[in-house]
Amino acid sequence: MTTENLIWLIPLPPLISFALIVLFTNKNKALSHTVAISAAFLSWLGAMIVFVRALGVEHFGEHPFASSINWLPTGDTWLKVGVLIDPLGAAVLFFVAWTILMIFLYSVGYHNFGQPAGDHDHAGLPPHGATVHGHTVLSVEPMYSRFFAFISLFAFGMFTLVVSDSLLTLFVGWEIMGLCSYLLIGFWYAKPSARAAGIKAFMTTRIGDVFMLLGIAFLYSVTGTLSFREIFTEEILHTLASVPSGVFGLSAAGLIGLLLFIGTVGKSAQFPLHVWLPDAMEGPTPVSAMIHAATMVSAGVYAVIRMFPLLSMDEKTMTVVAFIGAFTAIFAATIAVAQNDIKRVLAYSTISQLGFMIAALGIGAYVAAAFHLITHAFFKALLFLGSGSVIHGMEHGVFHTGNHKVDPQDMFNMGGLKDKMPITFWTFLIGGFALSGFPLVTAGFWSKDEILADAWGHHHYIVFATLAIAAFFTAFYTMRQITLTFLGSPRTEEAKHAHETPWTMTTPLVVLAFFAVTYGWVGIPEHFPVLGPLVNNNWFHDFVGHTLEHVPEAPEFSWIPLLTSLVVALGGLGLGWFVYKDVKSVEQDKFQISFLKNKYYFDELYEVVFINPAYWVAENVIYKFMDQGVIDGVLHIFGPVTDKIGSAIRNYFDVPVVNQFIGDGSAEVAWWFGKNLRPIQTGRIQQYFILSLVVIFVVGGLLYYILTLA
Amino acid sequence: MIPLSWYLTFAAALFSIGLFGALSRRNMVAILLGVELMLNAVNVNLVAFWRYGDVAQMAGQVFAIIVFAVAAAEVAVGLALVISVYRRHNTVIAEELDLMKW
Repeated sequence: MTTENLIWLIPLPPLISFALIVLFTNKNKALSHTVAISAAFLSWLGAMIVFVRALGVEHFGEHPFASSINWLPTGDTWLKVGVLIDPLGAAVLFFVAWTILMIFLYSVGYHNFGQPAGDHDHAGLPPHGATVHGHTVLSVEPMYSRFFAFISLFAFGMFTLVVSDSLLTLFVGWEIMGLCSYLLIGFWYAKPSARAAGIKAFMTTRIGDVFMLLGIAFLYSVTGTLSFREIFTEEILHTLASVPSGVFGLSAAGLIGLLLFIGTVGKSAQFPLHVWLPDAMEGPTPVSAMIHAATMVSAGVYAVIRMFPLLSMDEKTMTVVAFIGAFTAIFAATIAVAQNDIKRVLAYSTISQLGFMIAALGIGAYVAAAFHLITHAFFKALLFLGSGSVIHGMEHGVFHTGNHKVDPQDMFNMGGLKDKMPITFWTFLIGGFALSGFPLVTAGFWSKDEILADAWGHHHYIVFATLAIAAFFTAFYTMRQITLTFLGSPRTEEAKHAHETPWTMTTPLVVLAFFAVTYGWVGIPEHFPVLGPLVNNNWFHDFVGHTLEHVPEAPEFSWIPLLTSLVVALGGLGLGWFVYKDVKSVEQDKFQISFLKNKYYFDELYEVVFINPAYWVAENVIYKFMDQGVIDGVLHIFGPVTDKIGSAIRNYFDVPVVNQFIGDGSAEVAWWFGKNLRPIQTGRIQQYFILSLVVIFVVGGLLYYILTLA
Repeated sequence: MIPLSWYLTFAAALFSIGLFGALSRRNMVAILLGVELMLNAVNVNLVAFWRYGDVAQMAGQVFAIIVFAVAAAEVAVGLALVISVYRRHNTVIAEELDLMKW
């Protein structure tokens, strides 16, 4: 099979799996997960074959795998649908396929496959446990098949987005994921908080999506094409850069870039549209990993990296991008310090790390942004799955003691899990160190260091300083999390009875931990002391850099960013351990600052600024003024007038004239008809349906007879 | 090229399925689903006739888009009615809504 044909096939298995599970296998849990995991495996296999073949092509950047067909006629031209795998696409496909496969496998264990059905479980709520021989044990998720159907569709959306060669199909995959995130965040739909979180995620990302669609439409109206390869030609980019858009003095390229970037701000939860992501923790943990690592938020960053040649045409847009990214990075990192829920810490850390990527892109560090995107996907998927494993282990403890008031997600209820859950601990430690940028061995160090080096090397000192401080906070809250969760001694009875999770959950952790360490080694800078000459050249930079026509220069080696990243990583980790090693309860935590705990009151601010005015307008303007005032008011004029006219007719015409001379004959005829027609007025809509069907047949038959036969 | 009659047969089948659904299901949402199927069967016909007739004439496509818009509006109103009925009578079964029956 040619590689192009293979690429076309990559997104298909999850889509087929979705259809199969929904239509046929949803009663059978084992069959459903077999179908879903086989589909993920087939996509993974296709992706790996494509990736390996891509490595074998010389000058792959100039000769990527691409093919397209005509799809939709639009006047004289066609909207095309096609696939494109260039170096960037191949690298992204690699991590997407791996993380998706691992998350699928993990979901089997997470939803307690093989455990008995719960005593009181019902669809729409998390499982509450089942009683076996007098013990309470974990029970299987009631909507197990439904979950696998949805994540299959989610995977389809992501693969579509990655292999697409134009903004059109990219946007299609983008929206499919928007839908799936709504369905999966609100997976336990009987919980009001999950329902609200689903709606919030959907609405917030929708704001970004509308702007993105505007950007796509504008781009199409200027260039007449949406295909990446056609847009990123010297000629079209120059046209775009020289056409003024008439808004804020931006060029067309600048405005389109800005609009597309707003789409990313929504999807990748950047300030000010970051509010949905922490709430998205209401979904099952594999979903959090899916949204925060493998697919959704990565898709947002991927989209801007993809559009980089366009974005870089306008300085102002790049400044906005850099500012938003750097601000989000530090803003979210500070909030993460004061969170107690193990998943929420990771949620804010995700926002902050995405900020790193966006900031990197904004200062033109194209390769560094892509590199951090990939390493982050590995270690953040690992951390989320690890936290799910911890919660799972804690639930085991909760069932053991039977005290359901203990929140299995609160880190202050944990402690000392190191010995209870060794595999989870060691893999989580690797993930956490990668997130903090622990020097030399972890992937996070190499990607973060590259961003800092780029910021320093290209004289973006403000971005550099901001990101360095954010990196310090990152290391600090990561170590806080690890210390509170795994180190020390158990703080509750439940933590004492926590238990390691089954192999379906630990295997993905081990595999992802492997990548969280080794993936960094493909991008060691050439001039790095000692290690640089050993690896000889920066493979990742060479490979991905050639996606662009003008391969970006790697920054000169400098000790300052290297020392900075060493100091912030080790300093943050050390301080985090030092401050939290003896903390016994939440009261002893000095960082429970209410300003940070309440996320700078952004939810409350949006409540006041956007939500309440919307309710106010609906209540007062639409309902009270429009509906009750204007419309009802007009009707209230008609009502009495009609009444007057009616009574005039009655008094001056009906009573004296009609009743006097004609009598009640007509009324009686009408009454007789009404009485006899009454039986067909059954009030049952489907009987009306049949009646109208019969009438259509009769009238149709008559017409046919008259028009053709007669 | 696939003959026109295939499309027409397919659309007729789709229409019949939709009709059967709309007539036989008791749940109002399912009835709406049936109606949607019928509308889409009509769309298939419109687009098929356009494709096999004069392609330069866009009427078939335009008509199909109008049907989309109408269908979307219909579902919006229909579902809103279903929700409001559900809130008042706590049921979505069409037969149980016989207030208008004498």
